[in-house]
Amino acid sequence: MSASARPLSSVPRWVALLLAAGFAAQFGWQVLRITPESQTLDLPPAPSAAMLRSASLGEPEFAARIAMLYLQSFDLRGDNAIPYQQLDYGRLVAWLRAIVETDPRSGYALFSAARIYADNPDALKCRAVLEFLRDAFERDPDRLWPWLVHAALVAKHRLRDLPLALRYARAVDQRARDPRAPLWAKQMEIFILEDMNELEAARIMLGGLIASGKVRDPNELQFLQKRLESLERKSERASRPDLPSSISRRTPI
Amino acid sequence: MSRLRPIAVIARFVLLEARRSGLPWLAVACIAASVGVALFLSQVALTETREFQAAAAAVLLRFSGAFLIATYVVTSVARETGDRGLELALTLPISRLTYYAGKLAGFACCGALLAMAFAMPLLLWSPPAAVAMWCASLAMETALVAAMALFFSMALSVVPAFAATAGLYLLGRSISAIQAIAAEPLAEKGESALRGAMDAFAVLVPRLDSATRTEWLIYGSATPTDFLAALGGSAIYFAVVVAAGLFDFSRRNL
Repeated sequence: MSASARPLSSVPRWVALLLAAGFAAQFGWQVLRITPESQTLDLPPAPSAAMLRSASLGEPEFAARIAMLYLQSFDLRGDNAIPYQQLDYGRLVAWLRAIVETDPRSGYALFSAARIYADNPDALKCRAVLEFLRDAFERDPDRLWPWLVHAALVAKHRLRDLPLALRYARAVDQRARDPRAPLWAKQMEIFILEDMNELEAARIMLGGLIASGKVRDPNELQFLQKRLESLERKSERASRPDLPSSISRRTPI
Repeated sequence: MSRLRPIAVIARFVLLEARRSGLPWLAVACIAASVGVALFLSQVALTETREFQAAAAAVLLRFSGAFLIATYVVTSVARETGDRGLELALTLPISRLTYYAGKLAGFACCGALLAMAFAMPLLLWSPPAAVAMWCASLAMETALVAAMALFFSMALSVVPAFAATAGLYLLGRSISAIQAIAAEPLAEKGESALRGAMDAFAVLVPRLDSATRTEWLIYGSATPTDFLAALGGSAIYFAVVVAAGLFDFSRRNL
């Protein structure tokens, strides 16, 4: 206690009692407060990107990330009984779109969409997220191609929707010009065509790729040559069903 | 030289007052709180952890810098008015301009010191060049906030002066987004007058949304043009507020 303070006895007793009672009441209230039962809350309608930007007071990067944490909280927080799979995906995708528009360079919303929200047994909901990734890719194909490659893989292996996977793979091949994009990502279209039994188209594409000279790695070139030969054999057998079919299976992507 | 010396003396007293009023401790508390919040948020983020930390710390530190300097200027001027220090200072052989310039220089120096201190923790997550730009921009921003707070607190009492400073600052940070909303298709249906009024109003407000940008820290995307434009915009508005303050202060009967 500082020397300038008056002794404790100068405080009226009722004031001291009021202080102690206040503390006790606060402590008791907080301890005895019943934990709220888990609620079943769905997402509210998404705000527009302009609204998010306006509320951010000139900090759209931070606002976008806080909005992502808010979205995350609908699945991860303790008092909500609705797991993300059961959320209204129309609203969820609208939130993701607003967030991406608020900070187009952040990968948070795309990461969550691809790795979390697309992982939904409901095929319709999964497709909604994949379409969101497809739309986002259109904004900046050279940077966002990995997310569309992921979408193509989800469409192919989880949804087993080869035409959808082909559409995404084709978009990556045609739109992404990023030199860091590995060739396997750009070759996905060929493998999906092969899976769709579009052997002739796959053979032409693969032959074109080899002839273009874009593949410089000798091992990769050798691998693709073998694939081309295998495709040609498959094609030939398909056109002549009398030949025995001993086609080696290719390594899955 | 003879005019600069009294300005420097007054500025020095402002800095001394800031040190004795506990401003450095408040700055340390703000840094600790901002870093703590940034670390907490990074624990719940699923990805972009470094970016999340940098953004959270930068946003909180920027607000803290503006808030601390505005509060300090308003309370300092109020205290001096209450103590009749202004009348006493003006009995000395210094002009009103010198007095005002000395005060403003002191407050701007406080802001610059705060900016430098607040930039230090950001080096944990961002490259030094980006942090240096952010720091210089924050120093300019705090100088502008100090000039606004000095202008309003010379004319108004404590609460209205603080409210006016905070209002103008927040408006400066959000005016671009407000303009964007006014320009949305829904607003175009017969609301062009409102849109025009908003555009006209925006001319009178500092464009603080383009200054001290968090994106410089997390994407390293600041170009010299962006940086100089942000600094230049704040400097022009600073000159306007200082001129308005001097105009008002020169005319007033004490």
